[in-house]
Amino acid sequence: MKYYDKLIFELSKEGRVGYSLGKNEWTSTTDEIPAGLRRSEAVGLPQVSEVDVVRHYTNLSQMNFGVDTGFYPLGSCTMKYNPKINEEIAGMKGFLGLHPLQPASTVQGALEVYYNMDKALSAITGMASFTFDPCAGAHGELTGLMIMRQYHILNGDLKRTKVIVPDSAHGTNPASAAVCGLEVVVVKSKADGLVDVNDLKPLLGDDIAGIMMTNPNTLGLFEKDIEEIAALIHGCGGLLYYDGANMNPLIGVARPGDMGFDILHLNLHKSFSTPHGGGGPGSGPVGVCGKLVPYLPVPKVVKDEYGQFKVRGRAGVGKSDVRKNADGCEKSAGEVSGFLGNFGVILRAYAYILTLGRENVKLVGKYATLGANYIKESLKEYYKLPIPTVCKHEFVYDGLVNDGSRKAADGTTEREGATTLDVAKRLLDFGFHAPTIYFPLLFHQAIMIEPTETESIETMDAFIDVMKEIALEAAEDPAILKSAPHNAPITRPDETTAARQPILKYQDEE
Amino acid sequence: MLDRVGVKSLDDLYSDVPKDVIFKGEYDLPAAMSEQEVRDFFESLDSKDEKLKVFVGQGAYDHYTPSVVPYITSRSEFLTAYTPYQAEISQGTLRYIFEYQSMICALTGLDISNASMYDGPTAAAEAVKMAPTCTKRKSRVLVSSSLLPNVIKTIQTYSYYHGTELTLIPCKDGQTCLDSVKAELARNDVAGLIAPSVNRYGIVEDLTGFAEAVHGEGGIFIEYCDPSALAVLKTPAEWGADIAVGDGQSLGIPMSFGGPYVGFMACRNEYVRKLPGRIVGETTDTEGRRCFCLTLQAREQHIRREKATSNICSNESLMALFVTVYMSLMGPKGLKEVNDRSYAAAHYLHDELLKTGKFAEVFDKPFLKEFVLKPLMPVERLHIKLHDGGFFAALETEEGYVSFCATERRTKAEIDALVALVKEA
Repeated sequence: MKYYDKLIFELSKEGRVGYSLGKNEWTSTTDEIPAGLRRSEAVGLPQVSEVDVVRHYTNLSQMNFGVDTGFYPLGSCTMKYNPKINEEIAGMKGFLGLHPLQPASTVQGALEVYYNMDKALSAITGMASFTFDPCAGAHGELTGLMIMRQYHILNGDLKRTKVIVPDSAHGTNPASAAVCGLEVVVVKSKADGLVDVNDLKPLLGDDIAGIMMTNPNTLGLFEKDIEEIAALIHGCGGLLYYDGANMNPLIGVARPGDMGFDILHLNLHKSFSTPHGGGGPGSGPVGVCGKLVPYLPVPKVVKDEYGQFKVRGRAGVGKSDVRKNADGCEKSAGEVSGFLGNFGVILRAYAYILTLGRENVKLVGKYATLGANYIKESLKEYYKLPIPTVCKHEFVYDGLVNDGSRKAADGTTEREGATTLDVAKRLLDFGFHAPTIYFPLLFHQAIMIEPTETESIETMDAFIDVMKEIALEAAEDPAILKSAPHNAPITRPDETTAARQPILKYQDEE
Repeated sequence: MLDRVGVKSLDDLYSDVPKDVIFKGEYDLPAAMSEQEVRDFFESLDSKDEKLKVFVGQGAYDHYTPSVVPYITSRSEFLTAYTPYQAEISQGTLRYIFEYQSMICALTGLDISNASMYDGPTAAAEAVKMAPTCTKRKSRVLVSSSLLPNVIKTIQTYSYYHGTELTLIPCKDGQTCLDSVKAELARNDVAGLIAPSVNRYGIVEDLTGFAEAVHGEGGIFIEYCDPSALAVLKTPAEWGADIAVGDGQSLGIPMSFGGPYVGFMACRNEYVRKLPGRIVGETTDTEGRRCFCLTLQAREQHIRREKATSNICSNESLMALFVTVYMSLMGPKGLKEVNDRSYAAAHYLHDELLKTGKFAEVFDKPFLKEFVLKPLMPVERLHIKLHDGGFFAALETEEGYVSFCATERRTKAEIDALVALVKEA
């Protein structure tokens, strides 16, 4: 990776273009639109040639690290390998050329993708049916909570406006609850990292809409009291929401639907191998148990009695408001996005599931869990392991055993020790992506590691060796870590100045 | 590996999972397919879809995608990277997001853009959710009924659960009725108004007076726009808008049956701390070199949890790259040309359709690439004829009109063929 400093705007030369539209067979132009409706000056976009564009973005790409570049042990992010056949399928010209409002009879292939994916994800999770309208995991959470609220509202149960969220939860959980108009009630974890059932009990009542749980939780621990928790929540009239961010270790092993969960979302860009794209596009399909199927968002793909696929509840198609038609959408939680979600992402995940098949699906979770435990056991003499039990797909260290700090005789600090941030930055020098750091918030120096099932023992051993070496460096001289990374395209950015004096767009310095 | 972990079998790794929730059956999935079988399978699915000439817009537009764009976005360094939390090895992602933000600002004329939203409708819903927080004392948001149907529906869903009160503003002559807006403002509880610059009928709305009226009552003005069209149309800043939202799909993203697209959101400086989602800023590294990082993160869910401005985490980063590369290739001249050709094709189509005598004009208003007509014949017959000719056109709207769209991809020969079919219908 080498440093490259240009912005595309800085390559601009008046009059240069990077496109060709061919012969113009028209004479009229937008200049015929009344002047009062037109912009006063040309838009300030760069003027560059095709080769300028290709070189610029190729140079930018070379300052990036992806799963294809190297090991990416980012906890709770499930950075598994992204199979290339999936890209080919998503890029098929036929699929790319479909308009989202084409009549159902003309898009039977595309609709079959949705229908079959609904069946496949239901089989894997033990749910009854899925919506694919949400475009990301947090969008799925919000959608799931909307379904939860709509269920209570239509039952006349208007008091249920509180949702219980464990203190170890991802930040999106409480944020999604707030967007959905729900009040967050926090349930504490016990010393062993699991939800404290005794802390949960007094929170229960007729104002509880439900609970959001991640299982295994963000410490990588299976919530083994899940059946008791499910009975308690259902007992008070609430619903159980499953945050699928950590579904990977359960794929092929256990199903949230069988644990009593009523609603869940999956991250196709985590558990189902679709690429993260530097922060999207993802896909956050939401599955529900049988009694909640009528509450799923619209539009929704269904199959009629003749085996034809249909889209139920498309907005703005046809004379009447389809939502009010008696086509089974009366209870729907509503529209949560423009069309039917991120079709291109769904295609990739479907190709992944077909490649796995019913045989190999049983290996996904187990191999992911084996890898995490292997790394966990290999480094516990070097990194503090607060919870030593068997983990699932990920686990958390709480900083270095010996951070290299030194105190003088009078008790003052003589040498600052290396922190988790320093370890993460030093890892970059060795060609590994950093783990998730400072999350979960239960530990001050959290290092959260998730290897995924697609990594070989050789890759994990190489990572383990480097982590040991970094720990030894820290004990010897923390300064090496504190000034890391040393061979990335840049050194550490000044984030404080970035936030205090924000520069958020390019400004021509002429 | 099992030895080091201290277990005898893979099943022992799950000893903490209650026995009765371990799945013991067979998964109801197809048998594993080879790569060739996967390819064949999807080719057979694809063959069940009809490839039609698209003459419909309504939020998804058939603009041309230069081959460079997917070539760049398929580079694995971009495609397989995570969110750029580790700035030192994510400068590629961070730089293109900064360029994207800059281009959105150039199109809208506004000060700040975030790193992207899911799509246009969700961006609109988030903007409506922002309005009360930007204005503090107010609670109600006015929503123009000239917005695209799926935009209105998504706003309604978000607001219903979040607790934002909405009032739909009727149309007058096919565009947002200013008098109705003023009447609602008089009740002194309005946090904002959302209205489109190009509306569901394809009309380019004259938004004169809207910003003044809303600002006069302490509210904010949100404009829903087609970013491609902003290369020629008056900018949100020129109309006095505080926030601009819309869908970047029109910037060369394939229709792809509805996604992935990319929502955008831009605003004036004073609302930056209310913006949802990620923002990239410029700074320097310890050696003084220009570099970029995620910034103003105190707004976001991973820091603020339930007090965050939104729950959004992953957005549509790769699609932001997609439109950034598209805009770089096209430049101001190319985007203008795309609009000119779309305009010319749509107007030719419009005039030729009226000449057939099978439609009546609904609105006599300026339009860009999309318009509605009133059919003077059974719509079913028209649809069968057009479909048999290989066209997707004349989408029936809620009002009983039919909607048409023509982009720069549509040729005169295609339009003539479509019009000939209409004559026969």
